[in-house]
Amino acid sequence: MTAALRFDPIRLPEKCEQLRKEVRAFLAEEIAAGTFDPHAPNREDNDAPEFSRRVGAKGWLGMTWPKKYGGQERSFLERYVVTEEMRVANAPTRRFFVADRQSGPVLLKYAPEHIKMDILPRICRGEVCFAIGMSEPNSGSDLFAAKTRATKTDGGYLINGTKIWTSSAHIADYMIAIFRTSPPTKENRRHGLTQFLVKMKQPGIQVNPIGQITGQFEFNEVVFTDYFVPDDHVLGEVDGAWKQATSELAYERSGPERFLETYYVLTELVRAVGKNPDTRSAEGIGRLVAQVHTMRRMSVSVAGMLQAGKEPVVEASIVKDIGTVWEQQLPHRVRDLAAFVEETATNRETLEKQLDFAIKTAPKLTIQGGTTEVLRGIIARGLGLR
Amino acid sequence: MAESENIVAETAEKIFADLADAQTINHDKQGAWKAPLWQALTEAGLPLSWVPDDLGGSGASLAEGFSVLNVAGRHAIAVPLAETMLAGWLLTQARIASPEGEMTVLPASPKDRVTLNADGSLSGRARGVPFAKDAKHFAVLASGNGGVSVALVDVAKCRIESGIGLGGDHNDTVALDKVQPVTTRPAPKGFDQTTLMLMGGVVRSLQIAGALEAMLDISVRYSNERVAFEKKISKFQAVQHNLARLAGENAAALAAATSAADTIVNAKSLDTDAVFLEAAAAKVRCSEAAEKGSSIAHQVHGAIGFTIEHILHRYSLRALAWRDDFGSESYWAVELGKLVANRGADELWPLVASR
Repeated sequence: MTAALRFDPIRLPEKCEQLRKEVRAFLAEEIAAGTFDPHAPNREDNDAPEFSRRVGAKGWLGMTWPKKYGGQERSFLERYVVTEEMRVANAPTRRFFVADRQSGPVLLKYAPEHIKMDILPRICRGEVCFAIGMSEPNSGSDLFAAKTRATKTDGGYLINGTKIWTSSAHIADYMIAIFRTSPPTKENRRHGLTQFLVKMKQPGIQVNPIGQITGQFEFNEVVFTDYFVPDDHVLGEVDGAWKQATSELAYERSGPERFLETYYVLTELVRAVGKNPDTRSAEGIGRLVAQVHTMRRMSVSVAGMLQAGKEPVVEASIVKDIGTVWEQQLPHRVRDLAAFVEETATNRETLEKQLDFAIKTAPKLTIQGGTTEVLRGIIARGLGLR
Repeated sequence: MAESENIVAETAEKIFADLADAQTINHDKQGAWKAPLWQALTEAGLPLSWVPDDLGGSGASLAEGFSVLNVAGRHAIAVPLAETMLAGWLLTQARIASPEGEMTVLPASPKDRVTLNADGSLSGRARGVPFAKDAKHFAVLASGNGGVSVALVDVAKCRIESGIGLGGDHNDTVALDKVQPVTTRPAPKGFDQTTLMLMGGVVRSLQIAGALEAMLDISVRYSNERVAFEKKISKFQAVQHNLARLAGENAAALAAATSAADTIVNAKSLDTDAVFLEAAAAKVRCSEAAEKGSSIAHQVHGAIGFTIEHILHRYSLRALAWRDDFGSESYWAVELGKLVANRGADELWPLVASR
């Protein structure tokens, strides 16, 4: 028998539902105060520093982390609820999302104590923004082809080279990046890369925004020229970054953002068709709802298994594979059905604007954070095919 | 659910391994495997898992029964185990004792209706009834002036138009012409044909998820054996990606089906929007997975998988056939779409996030 896939039917505990009410009430207040428009995901810049601080003040950033670093020691399922409610409301999470999901946990695991004490509480307060420096002009999916050098010098390293497609680098306070400290070996081509904490907004770093087909400027080229990183900013083992990426990836791949990024068009379609849909619209909506429901149950299941200390690596990759393929198709399926919406539907213009943006967004969904091809390779390995 | 610590599912697994080997069954043209398998299942109390002791069953929990069905799907079991379980469950809803032997349920399609006449007899026509020809009794849901009732009916009193379904199992039309049932009792409050269809749909969803797991397993194994262009076909990226997609379909079906089953296990009432969403979505998603998954499994196998000698069709065709029972995916999608539209746009997410 092939190693059987597991998707335990996780039920969110009662305290999650209380929390969900609090998050909804908070978001409703923010919307009423004009912080953001939940119907307009295509806003120019998703950066909202004051909102970020208010989310932090609620205790909803770093909420699973130890209290001594500003965390709340709450469960991953509670964090899941906060994340999905923010996503569905189209809240401006850019400033804190990466730090909360990914960078904080890396620091928790690999940073020296004084750095943890310095940075983690500020993440929890919503004060700092993180970027991730992985891709380079000649290394994308093939992460271990990275060439940006970290050369040993007195008390630290000098960085030279270029990272690219770096989301939020233009607003980030820090970046967690991999740089080459040694050449790869014959036996192990993944050897020689080291993970570093990089302080942005310093001399030696130049951030060049790159326009996207959506009209937004959310990713960047980041050029390092003799940029100095002190020794205590090395995260984990020198030359051994390849050993450090595994367990975090399950969180990164299986969250609600992996199937809800274009969800708003479905809500708007339901609004447009009204209470008595024709058969075609009803069937179309039913199929889409069946999908989003299933994706969510899979994603919650992985969150629950992670909380229980299991390592559902293949399951998490599957969630990202089919979740992103689905959220990519969603605007196109909604477009099919929008053709039958009555001219008189009052939200017709909103729906059309959203579709325009979602269709432009769609191509990136199966590329960012690990392409479909890479994910299917990981799944194939899990099935014993490679 | 589907835990190895579930002793009932383990018992089922053992019986299937011993007496329902796919290869053996596939080569047995006489059907000699059927009687010993049914006897072993009966001795283990599995067909009446969902019937309490005092009504003639073995009194397993809903959760245990659901996990048996998932295992049964994995073995593409071609005796009316799922149908007898569902029939026993339906009879139990009305506190009717279950008889021994094979049973099935009707109606098996949301569009068919059976009427309870004023004289206590039943009339109607039910199409696509799985294993009707193999059953000794029917558990029937009927409507009359007094509301919804459950009836136990002797098969001999009905006219059966025999048919064979896509999966190769009996799939018959049952005509009831003023048939006097053995017993009739009112269904519990709120229980109607939709409830039966939702439960039947979850049963089929679990079986489809099981069949997809088997298809994934035998496809992976085959790809690691078959050599083409001087290497195992499992080493070709195109094949790997197809199998990764099959794993995705298997995963989606498994997650949807076990989630729906778990919802029913924990539901205080089956007449809620949350149960409707779970069960309808499971049938839609599992049926879609059956289509996509079985086509990949066949693609990986090439011509050999298209032969009657190969076991693949036992899983692929049954998974496809199960889509039709208790409401197809297009039927449930329409019903789910109507429910969502009726609740309104702002009530969609609260429904999806309700558990």
